[in-house]
Amino acid sequence: MNFKLRVWRQKTGAAKGKLADYPANDVSPDTSFLEMLDLVNDRLIEGGEEPIAFESDCREGICGTCCLTINGEAHGPDHPGAACQLYMRRFKEGETITVEPFRAKPFRFVKDLVVNRSALDRIVQAGGFVSARSGSAPEANSIPVPKQNADRAMEAAACIGCGACAAACPNASAMLFTSAKVSHLALLPQGDPERTNRVLNMVSVMDEEGFGNCTNTYECEAVCPAEISASFIAKLNREYAVATLRKKLGG
Amino acid sequence: MIGTLESRIPSGPLDKKWSSYKDHARLVSPANRRKLDVIVVGSGLAGGSAAATLGEQGYNVKCFCFQDSPRRAHSIAAQGGINAAKNYQNDGDSVFRLFYDTIKGGDFRSREANVYRLAEVSNSIIDQCVEQGVPFAREYGGLLANRSFGGAQVSRTFYARGQTGQQLLLGCYQALCRQIAAGTVKMFPHTEMLDVVLVDGHAKGIITRNLETGDIHAHASDAVVLATGGYGNVFYLSTNARGSNVTATYRAYRKGALFANPCYTQIHPTCIPVSGQHQSKLTLMSESLRNDGRVWVPNKQGDTRSPEQIPEEERDYYLERKYPSFGNLAPRDISSRSAKEACDDGRGVGPGGRGVFLDFADAINRLGETTIRERYGNLFDIYEKITGEDAYNRPMRIYPAVHYTMGGLWVDYNLMSNVPGLHVIGEANFSDHGANRLGASALMQGLADGYFVLPYTLPTYLAGQIGKRPTVDHPEFHKAETGVRERISKMIGVNGTRSVDSFHRELGLLLWDKCGMARNAAGLREALRKIPEIRGRFWREVRVPGSGEEFNQSLERAGRVADYLEFAELMCTDALERDESCGGHFREEHQTPDGEALRDDVNFASAFAWEFQGNGTIAPPKLHREPLEFETLELAQRSYK
Repeated sequence: MNFKLRVWRQKTGAAKGKLADYPANDVSPDTSFLEMLDLVNDRLIEGGEEPIAFESDCREGICGTCCLTINGEAHGPDHPGAACQLYMRRFKEGETITVEPFRAKPFRFVKDLVVNRSALDRIVQAGGFVSARSGSAPEANSIPVPKQNADRAMEAAACIGCGACAAACPNASAMLFTSAKVSHLALLPQGDPERTNRVLNMVSVMDEEGFGNCTNTYECEAVCPAEISASFIAKLNREYAVATLRKKLGG
Repeated sequence: MIGTLESRIPSGPLDKKWSSYKDHARLVSPANRRKLDVIVVGSGLAGGSAAATLGEQGYNVKCFCFQDSPRRAHSIAAQGGINAAKNYQNDGDSVFRLFYDTIKGGDFRSREANVYRLAEVSNSIIDQCVEQGVPFAREYGGLLANRSFGGAQVSRTFYARGQTGQQLLLGCYQALCRQIAAGTVKMFPHTEMLDVVLVDGHAKGIITRNLETGDIHAHASDAVVLATGGYGNVFYLSTNARGSNVTATYRAYRKGALFANPCYTQIHPTCIPVSGQHQSKLTLMSESLRNDGRVWVPNKQGDTRSPEQIPEEERDYYLERKYPSFGNLAPRDISSRSAKEACDDGRGVGPGGRGVFLDFADAINRLGETTIRERYGNLFDIYEKITGEDAYNRPMRIYPAVHYTMGGLWVDYNLMSNVPGLHVIGEANFSDHGANRLGASALMQGLADGYFVLPYTLPTYLAGQIGKRPTVDHPEFHKAETGVRERISKMIGVNGTRSVDSFHRELGLLLWDKCGMARNAAGLREALRKIPEIRGRFWREVRVPGSGEEFNQSLERAGRVADYLEFAELMCTDALERDESCGGHFREEHQTPDGEALRDDVNFASAFAWEFQGNGTIAPPKLHREPLEFETLELAQRSYK
């Protein structure tokens, strides 16, 4: 197959960027999108040009490293799935494909299609954990957890931390990301003791980092490769309201 | 020069060694911990859990990862599960049985004491992870669920859908985040270690490159912990993440740390077959699928009929036929080799005939599609994305692929290499899996090392090191830093015509052919002749665009591939020297009449630890043998029939 790529090229955050055109010819339909970019890069290098910078690691949709906006959609057209799980058979022969990085103000630009998403790490550092020192845990089966709660917690915990939710959101909101962690831990008895401070601190850091508010456009849910449900945002709002009230009442 | 290898295994009966070690090990007081700096390289299950735990204990930890976040380490991709000897299923499991299975699965090429300790701490790992909020699968009564997993006759595997590695890593990442917030761990993401620094023979720091800016930095510490994973990507195509590399451990080897058993690589039986030349990596389908899937090929050679058109009596369920008691759950090395044999025999399926069927029709009939979807839904989805085929309606096609490496830096019982202060944990060391790793044991080992072993053994070294930390002004740091800068300039300076990846692919094909699922002396000698040729061409023809002072992925890869081009030679040397078959190392010259691996316990019941002596033919590495003593178990011919 043959394609025409329009790829965002920008050397550094301070430099000016632009979309540049590259042909991607003789690509097998069984090639993944990232392998197609590998191929284009190999040809660029052999032709004496600088390859396109883009990041990936596991290439099976679980590590959350790849962060491409393809034809205007975070991770491209094949939802649910990360860009690394997108295959060229999904595109039309001769199609023009535009590739840009995930854009959201808190994601610091690095190069071409690479951004730094450590803002998401800082949200987790604010409280997205259970304070359980190694070696201090009770016997694992001493606290039974209803299966439906464990399953629901797993649905939330499946978030891969790619940041597509924020990149797709018109407000660059990280509510889906934050709600997934808050919900995962709130659904389990182990997460209960810290739930009040957890939600307040995580939301506060989310705001400080410059992520916007949720205005219910559900773009986040549509692009999420881990199929995190937007209903977790409702749960986050409930957790937040209850926590705020508890704090006010001095609880 | 290195004298005899001291494994420092405590004396006493096997089941008392670890508790007696802990009772008598040296401790570091909380006041002194604050004065000690520990560098942890890698943030996967081993590195992340070690960094978090050492931070909790009050040490000053610096943790480094090349990924943009510690949550992305390759542990995240592990699917199937984690073993523990809880015996929740009341099916006869015990610490001893987990120990026995692990030693036997490793084909009697690992240390009894290390493996027993691993089995002993396995239960604490499950407790710890549950407390962190890891959402393991549960039964309706709210208690933890288990499944049986490749190579085990008991159900001891804990799992979180097909994403167990992800959930365990996130648990450990969250513990790490807590320590980062508490200020005990300083995290350096997007930072790659390029050399280890030795001062007076002790590991006292590392040299790193910031991948975003290209800045080269020296970091001094009181001890260095490498948790940098395995070297499976030496084959180019593997199930490892693209960034996984041998650089940290290979650089340590060049500084004097012994590299043990590099020829032990695990070829995983259930991966999606290679579809074409463009392919950048292979995707694993968790072998938990073998619990319900049946592996088969047509009886007839070159049978190109669609699977549903092949009647039952014309199918060869070869694992069930050859290994009636284990059937489709036979250990990985055996299952992989059997698939290769079937394909070599011309009975493979799919493009190029390099594939076998994994069929769920019986399981779907027995349990219903809903149950199968609940158990393996995400795996079936992955399969469909990659191949465009629906495995609920036609069998999957699978083929073995490089997956894990049992070899690694040599360590003693303290998980310390022969270089004082240099500790190695997780897949990066060689200690627990012998010549073959059992399913669901990698996660167990990574977390055992990080949460429960290193935090006890590291203080025995650190207790004697208070106040001895050098500064980065020490000449050894300058020397190492200069070396790193010169190597970068040299790589950029070649300015040839070929991409880094093209050399990596060339090396990988050679190794897969000569040092893959089956090896022989002639093939290995040929590889040893060809690797230096490829390496020579790399240094003459590679093209690394851009500079060292910026985000430059070609440069990152060039450094890693340059190390693979040297490491590959060590791997083949080891494979040639180990003139027996064991576990994942199958030497065609050594097999039983029915094609099983034939060990030679008289000559090879030892770990091979290699000492760097310069490169390649000029000065071959020096071999040190650590005899493996089996005090508790009888060396037995492994049989899964």
